[in-house]
Amino acid sequence: MIPVVEIENLYFSYNGISVLKDVNLSIDQKDSTCVVGPNGGGKSTLIKIILGLLEPTRGTVRLLGGTPDEKRNRVGYVPQYSNFDPLFPVTVMDVTLMGRLAAQNGVRFGFSYSKSDKEAALHALEEMELLQLAGRKFSELSGGQRQRVLIARALVSASEILILDEPTANIDAHVEGSLFEIMLELNKRMAIILVTHDLGFTSQFFESVICVNQVVHVHPTSEISGELIQDLYGEDIKMIRHDHRCAAGGHVAD
Amino acid sequence: MITAVRQEGMLLIDFIEALLNPHIPFLRYAFMVGLLASVAFGVIGSYVVVRRISYIAGAISHCVLGGIGVGLYLQKGVGWAWVDPLYGAVIAALAAAVIIGFVSIHASQREDTVIGALWAVGMAIGLLFIAKTPGYTDPMSYLFGNILLVSQNDLRLVAGLDILIIGAGCLFYQRFLAVCFDEEYARIRGINATAYYLGLLCLTAITVVLLVRIVGIVMVVALLTLPAAIAGHFARVLWQMMLAASLLCAVFISSGLAISYTYDMPSGPVIIVIAGTVYLAVLLTRWVFR
Repeated sequence: MIPVVEIENLYFSYNGISVLKDVNLSIDQKDSTCVVGPNGGGKSTLIKIILGLLEPTRGTVRLLGGTPDEKRNRVGYVPQYSNFDPLFPVTVMDVTLMGRLAAQNGVRFGFSYSKSDKEAALHALEEMELLQLAGRKFSELSGGQRQRVLIARALVSASEILILDEPTANIDAHVEGSLFEIMLELNKRMAIILVTHDLGFTSQFFESVICVNQVVHVHPTSEISGELIQDLYGEDIKMIRHDHRCAAGGHVAD
Repeated sequence: MITAVRQEGMLLIDFIEALLNPHIPFLRYAFMVGLLASVAFGVIGSYVVVRRISYIAGAISHCVLGGIGVGLYLQKGVGWAWVDPLYGAVIAALAAAVIIGFVSIHASQREDTVIGALWAVGMAIGLLFIAKTPGYTDPMSYLFGNILLVSQNDLRLVAGLDILIIGAGCLFYQRFLAVCFDEEYARIRGINATAYYLGLLCLTAITVVLLVRIVGIVMVVALLTLPAAIAGHFARVLWQMMLAASLLCAVFISSGLAISYTYDMPSGPVIIVIAGTVYLAVLLTRWVFR
């Protein structure tokens, strides 16, 4: 079985400052992995390297058995929605269709997408229970709905990996719950990589945790302990989630 | 009230008569240039507003003076009669777009300082060349527009560039939309986002040149962004914004030309004041009825 992501001896530095050191990790098909670490610790950098948006200074990255440039078309990526211009004139359908740009079936020019593109987009919207909102303006949606539109956009072209960057930032607790259900469902058919700074989120669902703070450690979720959190974030943890419960015995890595 | 309406009716009739008058061709040319340019302004202006690059568009338009200065110098100082200052304007605008584009991509810090410097240096070069051009050339005409300068040749140039801009703006609509909305995602989808960004800046550069004669380089960016900004309040999708912005731009230019002709005022400032007033009125109305 080819791992969906395989990283060996990877180093990355930016303007002479080391951001990631000697990273080795492997993510299997249908894995659910959480990437945690403090802000500025290199989480986003790691994701950008996996997506081929940044070149590593040293080391190799294999994505679905190829280079990130070759294969990133098959990766679904969900960015933080807080980055979007709230006035942007675009509909839910328009956003979803962007997932089909330059897809396997050729280049899109002009105003219109092909019939198969539209069908794929409608199918993804249906799966996210957004079909009735397809014609609505993206900026009129709630935070949770926008999140689901961005997941739909990722799904129209992805079949093997879904990468989500801080999906729990700025959304309500009940939306967070439904996000979980969506991910549980999607995890049946694809690997999920989720970036978060919220450790309480991790152990409820994920099989393994990738801790990134310049160096990278991979743990099964059951190993998450106070000591580990302190190693990762240092002494100054100010916020602790009290609603966090681990299942009996925790999760066990394969 | 009735008298006022009648007076305005007379104003319109006078203006239409003037447009048809064979002895004042410049007004007709200016009017046609304005209508043609409106379409390009609506399309490209919408991209500029949603991508939030008005400041960069401003820098490009001011650099155009450098090209105009060199063009005038070559035409009158060196004696190359075939050189039109507008050719210089197009070349300078494209060069400025590419340089500023690279600066904004690569200079992660102090981008505004570098762009501000290019803005001023472009203008300075233009003024120096104009100063060394024999005969008297009033830089004011280029800075603030002068419809007396609009010729039939300009009309042809504007029509040609207009077709180019609208063609490119429509052909790459979905891609520009994706790059403007979410550049990083577009890149993941295999789109060369840098190339599209530079392409958009080049289209902006050419668009700015279209109305240099009528509103001048200092104010032209307002006409690029204000109609699109107004349209953005009502449009649900980008193409609606473009359509509405084009119509608004055409209305601003034609009403501005009519008023400036009737009351003998410079056309550029009148057009900009109309556009600015409507924009502020829309903002105020939206704020009151929120």
